[in-house]
Amino acid sequence: MANFPSDLKYAKTHEWVKLAGDTATIGITDFAQGELSDIVYVEITAVGKKIKRDEPIGTIEAVKAVSDLYAPVSGEVIEANEALKDSPANVNKDPYGTGWMAKIKVSDPNELKNLLDAAAYEELARKSAHH
Amino acid sequence: MLKLTPFHDRHVAAGGKMVDFAGYDLPVQFHGIIPEHTRVRTTVGVFDVSHMGRIEVRGKDALAFINRMTTNDAGKLAEYQAQYSVLCYPDGGIVDDLVVYRLPDCYFLVVNGANNEKDTAWLREHLSGDVRMDNITDTQAQLAIQGPKAEAVMQKTCSIPLAPIGFYWAAHCEIAGVKGLVSRTGYTGEDGFEAYFPAVSASKVWEAIFAAGKEFDIEPIGLGARDTLRMEMKMALYGNDIDKTTNPIEAGLSWVVALDKPEGFIGSDVLKKVEEEKPSRRLVCLEMQDKSIARPHYQILAQGQPVGMVTSGTLSPSLNKGIALGYVKRQLTKAGTEVQIDIRGRAAAALIVKPPFYKHGSRK
Repeated sequence: MANFPSDLKYAKTHEWVKLAGDTATIGITDFAQGELSDIVYVEITAVGKKIKRDEPIGTIEAVKAVSDLYAPVSGEVIEANEALKDSPANVNKDPYGTGWMAKIKVSDPNELKNLLDAAAYEELARKSAHH
Repeated sequence: MLKLTPFHDRHVAAGGKMVDFAGYDLPVQFHGIIPEHTRVRTTVGVFDVSHMGRIEVRGKDALAFINRMTTNDAGKLAEYQAQYSVLCYPDGGIVDDLVVYRLPDCYFLVVNGANNEKDTAWLREHLSGDVRMDNITDTQAQLAIQGPKAEAVMQKTCSIPLAPIGFYWAAHCEIAGVKGLVSRTGYTGEDGFEAYFPAVSASKVWEAIFAAGKEFDIEPIGLGARDTLRMEMKMALYGNDIDKTTNPIEAGLSWVVALDKPEGFIGSDVLKKVEEEKPSRRLVCLEMQDKSIARPHYQILAQGQPVGMVTSGTLSPSLNKGIALGYVKRQLTKAGTEVQIDIRGRAAAALIVKPPFYKHGSRK
């Protein structure tokens, strides 16, 4: 089974969040990258925009299919991981490290309470895995 | 309840990500579509295609029956020769695409797994004269061994020399001591073989092929890479690029439509007319001009107006760019024509190119 660091928070839509001050770094979970497989293109469309929790802020293209990236918290998207342009496979190799996707200046830190902890997310991932 | 192929346990043990495909629990990938794709392009990979439908047709009138049901001319087949062909409805729409083998004691049809029941019923409905049909799908295993090293691998396991077997020719032989049929056929654009043998001997053959291929880093390959490999060659996939709403002429399959068969075939009247009047649309190859990836059902545009529809699309692992197949109006099918594809609301530039996308396949 995939890896779920305990210092992160997780959204039901398979994003992880790491908060430092008022800046949340986000990406997709190890489980999600495994399901998508072979990620070839990540586009964060909302850089510079104010967004609400659960809104799409970008798209993730894998060989097989495309999926949306949702904002796990509300705020302003202040940065996208430019390195993914040349190395999208970092999301598969290192989803919680070099595979991070965007940074959001969080408007309401209380929102993080709505996210799952590692144990709860692992449970959700286990149920989502059909095998 | 999903059906299992004779190799199911091996796929699970190898870490295959299993999905429902054609009613079978099959691996979509093992360790990644791109590395599996590259394995087949560079050395050799093995596909479990036991889900394909396998039907034997025999009897005095077998040839006449097959010639009435299929678009290609099975009368031109020599013993042990195979041909790609199409089953059509009377309106020219496609029931399925298939491979027809002429074997010493029967004609052997290999159809898409998802269409096996439909095709069997369709054929049975039209039986006439001295013809007997046996669907042997459940008792036979089928593997596709594909890649530039496929012959080197298979030669170690087969009891006869393989070099004389030409493209779309077959031979009976022993594979790892198991009696079966091998043919130089495939769905990848690489040199390669398909092997048919009794399901009860599946383990023995699998082990022998993997032992023989060890020096070439042989690997099992999932359905994901099967799809990207065939797309790079513009090989049609039933359900995507061809179906009952498309005809073989517009799908670019005129080369397997023998309109000169004296007795005709189901759909021949309509297809003759399509050929004479030229189809209103054709299946073309599209290469994306930026990093976007087109997907099935995305609209194709010219000057902002819809001119067609994408039927298959992916990132080409060999070219590292987005490629797609789609139908466009006949007037726009020339290589070099610039069109756009509506990628979730954004018009992305695409170029119509000559097939295949990948031009360095080892297929002979």
